[in-house]
Amino acid sequence: MDFSFSPEQEDLRREARAFLEANPSPSMEQLTELGWVGILRSGDFSFLDAAVIFEELGRVLYDGPYVLNEVAAQPGDDVWSIEIDGFVPHLEKVTRVLTADMQGTGAAGETVATVDESLGLGRLSANGTEPAEGTWEDVRRRLLAALALEAVGIGSRATEMALAYAGGREQFGRKIGSYQAIAHSLVDAYVAVELSRSLAYWAAWSVAEQDEQVDLAVAAAKSQAAEAAVLACEKSIQAHGGIGFTWEHPLHRYYKRALWLEGALGYGREHRAQIADSLLS
Amino acid sequence: MDLRDTPEEAAFRQEVREFIGQNLPDGSARRGARRFEDADREWSRRLGAAGYAGLTWPKEYGGAGAPYSHQAIFLEELARAEAPSHLGVIGLGMAGPTIMAWGTPEQKERYLSKILMADEIWCQGFSEPDAGSDLAASRTRIEDKGDHFLVNGQKVWSSFAHIADFCILVGLGDPDAPRYKNLTYVIVDMHAPGVEVRPLVQITGQPEFNEIFFTDVKVPKENLLGQVGEGWQVAMTTLLHERGTLGFALAATLDVAVRKLLALAKERNVTDPILRDRVAREWVELQALKYTNYRSLTTLTKTGIPGPEGSASKLVWSENNQRLTKLALEILGSHAHLSDGGGYADGYWQDQQLRSRGNTIEAGTSEILRNIVAERVLGLPRSR
Ligand SMILES: Cc1cc2nc3c(=O)[nH]c(=O)nc-3n(C[C@H](O)[C@H](O)[C@H](O)COP(=O)(O)OP(=O)(O)OC[C@H]3O[C@@H](n4cnc5c(N)ncnc54)[C@H](O)[C@@H]3O)c2cc1C
Repeated sequence: MDFSFSPEQEDLRREARAFLEANPSPSMEQLTELGWVGILRSGDFSFLDAAVIFEELGRVLYDGPYVLNEVAAQPGDDVWSIEIDGFVPHLEKVTRVLTADMQGTGAAGETVATVDESLGLGRLSANGTEPAEGTWEDVRRRLLAALALEAVGIGSRATEMALAYAGGREQFGRKIGSYQAIAHSLVDAYVAVELSRSLAYWAAWSVAEQDEQVDLAVAAAKSQAAEAAVLACEKSIQAHGGIGFTWEHPLHRYYKRALWLEGALGYGREHRAQIADSLLS
Repeated sequence: MDLRDTPEEAAFRQEVREFIGQNLPDGSARRGARRFEDADREWSRRLGAAGYAGLTWPKEYGGAGAPYSHQAIFLEELARAEAPSHLGVIGLGMAGPTIMAWGTPEQKERYLSKILMADEIWCQGFSEPDAGSDLAASRTRIEDKGDHFLVNGQKVWSSFAHIADFCILVGLGDPDAPRYKNLTYVIVDMHAPGVEVRPLVQITGQPEFNEIFFTDVKVPKENLLGQVGEGWQVAMTTLLHERGTLGFALAATLDVAVRKLLALAKERNVTDPILRDRVAREWVELQALKYTNYRSLTTLTKTGIPGPEGSASKLVWSENNQRLTKLALEILGSHAHLSDGGGYADGYWQDQQLRSRGNTIEAGTSEILRNIVAERVLGLPRSR
């Protein structure tokens, strides 16, 4: 039993964090230069390597198609997105789109206005399709794990922002983080995110190893991590007071992404319904 | 990362599984029932003799000197078989580790192996009527009389005191010393003259914890742990262990409860989507706790220090257990109000649900644990 990332993966995490802090919105060209594009298709890396990158991208609220392109894992030089619940994230930034019937289609359609402005959701228009590689079952598993990891990144950042603020801001002559009402609520956010982090890593490992429990693992991880990210954002907004409620502060963007993640490929209850079917059959 | 057993771990798991299959006495109390029967003592002895009771204890103290991963595997297998745990919870989990850390060679020799064999049962005398969460306010006097200590005072909520042979006792050693420097920690023979135990009936109707009255109890000098005035530090060692070695025992208890919950949901043919959602959530929460413990264990194995994420295990476990047992009652419907369960599980859930309310109070209340995580793990400013 070894539940830790390898030293190489920890190096990759450090490298990714440093790069993304300086470049939170990297282009596909930049990511190709880093050697991150196509890692799931190359035999040299596992889903656990990708997992590290996905989580780090979540932390900086990355706004491009890289994750979906990796999850789609199609051959050729196209950049792919995936149609999720009837909409295509980053439609204008990709050339092809994978649909649940495992068809690839040209990225034609119209972009719609979304609450999370960094999603670039679009609606596909009818156009020619051709069969894509792989199975939807596999794509869906990878996608659920990737969404869970992104949610962990978001939940961690939102919690960290709140901790930093609560450790500095004073009211009534005391740091607000010394008030139990604030401290305990942030403990709950921290604990929820850490618990879901364990599930997300378990899911990533299960995908990498095609473990027999993979479907339970990805359902558990996605539902729990997205809910934890929403909780962490909400507690963080509350701990920030008025400033957390502004357009200017980054928190609302984290919150909106978390809300999207919560619903993407089904809300928690839909995943738990599947888990219940599996456990109670 | 590899979440499977190594070949060596798999072999150990197999060995434990066989041991449980061959040694679990028939009629041994159901796990969760807290009546102490001869079968439990016999089972505890077998665990001790086979080296499972003190898996991670050093060999020189009668342990197996095994890695923590073995402890985790052992507890998982106990849970899988729904086997009762060792009777000497306080000795194994608290007194033993404290004696290992602070005891003299003579004390280690005298007490440790008897804990493993369940030959001697221990209780913990920390809480007092006016000193609960605030242990440093302890007022039971432990007076240094030159050739012995003289103990006078009262402890309360002391689990197992009615069957215990020894007590780890914290009290006021030096009334003039400042807070945190005034406490003394001793081992008290529960059969000594002047020790009186009065059982207190709990919310479940069972007398599981007790008041202990000490009237002019003479305690030999050699029963001191640490130095006079060092009681606070010694007590911190005890509390660290009380909250669970990485929470594996807690996860194992929850594992049993989740198994029973799933069985109940199947037996009652639960079709209501809201109940099914909640059942699935409890299973997910268990996985989250288990994998968080593994994460903490791996950090411990690699660095010698458990990961910070494990610090909330007890907090999380207690709230999960409370939610889960209430859900089971809801699934039982009108049977929930029948103390024998009306044909379902012999009243197990009724008893467990009430008992679970103690989980957020014992071994540090949830409020105190949140304070600890906030200050020590998250680095938030102190609340006082
Ligand atoms: C089933 C069970 C078994 C037990 N077994 C033992 C045993 O074997 N040995 C032993 O010594 N003790 C034992 N205890 C006692 C237990 O450790 C105490 O009950 C616990 O520490 C709380 O102390 P108290 O009961 O005096 O409550 P108090 O400390 O008076 O607390 C009352 C309430 O105030 C809250 N509170 C207190 N201080 C703070 C603070 N600083 N910030 C926020 N909230 C606060 C608490 O969280 C709690 O909700 C047991 C208790 C139970 C329920």
